[in-house]
Amino acid sequence: MTNPANDEPAISFDHATFRLNGRALVDDLTLSVKRGETLVLLGRSGSGKTTSLKLINRLLVPSAGDVQVNGRATTAWDPIQLRRGIGYVIQDGGLFPHFSVAKNIGLVPQIEGWPANKIQARTQELLALVGLSSDLLDRYPQQLSGGQRQRVGVARALAADPPILLLDEPFGALDPITRSEIQKEFRDLQQRMKKAVIFVTHDLREALLLADRIALMENGRLIVDLPVDDFPHSREPLVRAYLEAFSGAEAR
Amino acid sequence: MDFWHFMVTHRQEILGLTIEHVTLVGIAILLAVLIGIPLGILITRRPQLSRPVLGVANVIQTIPGLALFGFLLPVYWIGARGGRLAILALILYSLLPLIRNTYAGIRGVDPAVVEAGRAMGLTDRQLLWQVELPLASGVIVAGVRIATVVSIGLATIAAAIGAGGLGELIFRGLSMVNDSVILAGAVPAAALALSADMALGALERRLGTLRTRS
Repeated sequence: MTNPANDEPAISFDHATFRLNGRALVDDLTLSVKRGETLVLLGRSGSGKTTSLKLINRLLVPSAGDVQVNGRATTAWDPIQLRRGIGYVIQDGGLFPHFSVAKNIGLVPQIEGWPANKIQARTQELLALVGLSSDLLDRYPQQLSGGQRQRVGVARALAADPPILLLDEPFGALDPITRSEIQKEFRDLQQRMKKAVIFVTHDLREALLLADRIALMENGRLIVDLPVDDFPHSREPLVRAYLEAFSGAEAR
Repeated sequence: MDFWHFMVTHRQEILGLTIEHVTLVGIAILLAVLIGIPLGILITRRPQLSRPVLGVANVIQTIPGLALFGFLLPVYWIGARGGRLAILALILYSLLPLIRNTYAGIRGVDPAVVEAGRAMGLTDRQLLWQVELPLASGVIVAGVRIATVVSIGLATIAAAIGAGGLGELIFRGLSMVNDSVILAGAVPAAALALSADMALGALERRLGTLRTRS
């Protein structure tokens, strides 16, 4: 996948709607993300965040409107080529239980036909990048802690250096301390990577920490799309509700 | 005549019939695997075919063994030799556990893992060979195990249509009203079934650990 010019959006939704059994899970969504930018999709469960992500890597196809990646509709892409250029991280990593850490991380480079020594070097490099020791290379996912699995999931998504990274509540299942560590590490990582990142979460604190822009969704609709610094000052009632819910939790 | 005495004096014949028995079952299971597993995979890809395919395999399973041999007897080429007929019948009986377990094994793979594979840009073929089949292998081998054990037992009946195997001794003993001769067929057949069960059971457990490493 070629990198688009810096000002051209890497991902754009153009009045995209996704219906399932007549119900719109994503309703007339218009949104775009540039290269080097991190957009956090914030919203409660069932607000359409995950569905929106799946429209980008064509796990789902819009019922109406368009979703474009590098200026080209996902439906015009060869789905395999499209997905090879998009890293995808899900909760608990979605690692292959029958593959070692090394094989999990190296799978896409392997099927892309990289030579073995290059795969090995890349795997080592990625493991270091996500803060894991190379002792773990021969372990299986079950033998790792939740935090380690999640880090491996991020390393695997980055393996072939895709220009786009999608993360679906990746840190949701972690304990608060590990979670906070890995969030900070991810923020540092992301500033060095210059990728277009869409990060899905229902956690406002996580959104404020990681986002350049926050897009708040509710019932499949986009409520606001604001730079992270403007978000706390929005007068939108749903934003106020979020801020109050979280400040209340903090005061206790 | 005493059972052990008969076993010792007829050991050459018993060995020959055992080899014949293993050959019948071996060929049948091999062919059934080559048909059943691809069919099982096919119906995970074309779910609308799963009901008819499993339905037909199910119906075949309900036909009594001896009756199935009878139905196949007039079939051209197949009916001409007892061995061919027995192999076809054993294949037909083995299809249900093989198709069903392949289907259930693949459908039972964690959907999050399959989706992660698809999202990484694996083709359907790569997803099948690298992810679904390895993770379903324990369940598929369990199907092979059931089919093998059932076939070893069923193959004894095939002696009635002249297919040979250990069933010959059982039918001979029945007509002679001689328990030792019956046992000389039944005991090795049971031993075969038990060893196949244990060997495939061990393989199944080994492959099953792949799954629980999640």
